[in-house]
Amino acid sequence: MGKFNKSGKKEMPALNTSSLPDLIFTLLFFFMIVTTMREVTLKVQFRVPSATETEKLEKKSLVTFIYVGKPTQEFINKMGAGTRIQLNDAFAEVSQVQDYIIQERANMAEADQPFMQVSLKVDKDCKMGIVTDIKQALRQAYALKINYSAAQRQ
Amino acid sequence: MAKGNRKVPDINSSSTADIAFLLLIFFLITTSMDTDRGLVRKLPPPPEKDQKQTDMVAKKRNVLIVKINMNNEIMCGDSYITVDQLKNRVKEFILNENGDENLPELSEKNIPIFGKVMLTAKHVISLQNDRGTSYDAYIGVQNEIVAAYNDLRNEVSQKQFGKSYSELTEDQQAAVRQYYPQKISEAEPKSYGGK
Repeated sequence: MGKFNKSGKKEMPALNTSSLPDLIFTLLFFFMIVTTMREVTLKVQFRVPSATETEKLEKKSLVTFIYVGKPTQEFINKMGAGTRIQLNDAFAEVSQVQDYIIQERANMAEADQPFMQVSLKVDKDCKMGIVTDIKQALRQAYALKINYSAAQRQ
Repeated sequence: MAKGNRKVPDINSSSTADIAFLLLIFFLITTSMDTDRGLVRKLPPPPEKDQKQTDMVAKKRNVLIVKINMNNEIMCGDSYITVDQLKNRVKEFILNENGDENLPELSEKNIPIFGKVMLTAKHVISLQNDRGTSYDAYIGVQNEIVAAYNDLRNEVSQKQFGKSYSELTEDQQAAVRQYYPQKISEAEPKSYGGK
């Protein structure tokens, strides 16, 4: 009859993991391709409004970002809970926006300068007052192509 | 000594997975996947310093005034409306199919591909907001106005070419854009009463 080997301990064969690195590398490459490096650390928090007629922001190198919102928890003691503007890595006032845009434009390649775009990432609970001020500053700096950042909604 | 073909021992590769994991986690943390989308708009150039404040006098019937107040209520023309109604109001205004006296005047315009057409070429949509208006409401209104234009462009593309606007060639798109140019004017900011 069949032999049942009760005494001999049968070890489970080890799972072959030689292809695991390849799997992980595939994942890695996927993420490297679809994501973009975060250029700034956000110091303000914002939830952009949603809209149906959004367009994709092309050519990230031409785009300058302006963030508007309430300071994050970390900075709320120092800066207060009011709406703040963030340019690059620092908090800024409306009066600094124009200089910032001019400087950013100067840093761009000359051929790209006319195509400069400014993306406004503004919290949806903000008041229009501060946005209007920024828009005026952008007009003064001749940065006329702007993009109101918004999430796509059906 | 036996001259057997000695095998080179395999390099232990069991830690490659860990190294790859570390890299993966690094990229997951430092990158963000958000695809940036948004409403594209063009601002008017700043007023010249020595420019006189002469407002361009547009005929009343050619201007559709959309106002948003600090309570996010929308006024279109001279009645309060909701955001959902705005798109149809704007479309009706731009089209003026029946040559209504109170809607913008129709004039003949020569456009490549389309030839001579009757359009409300002089219409302007004037958007005014208060400093206290919420950004969300403002984007909502902007979105509806752009949606109205996109709808009209799609309709005319369907009629002329049998395709939607996004499927047209560059030249055709340019012609359609001339057919329905976006004319949204934003008034110089004013603060109407209080904070």
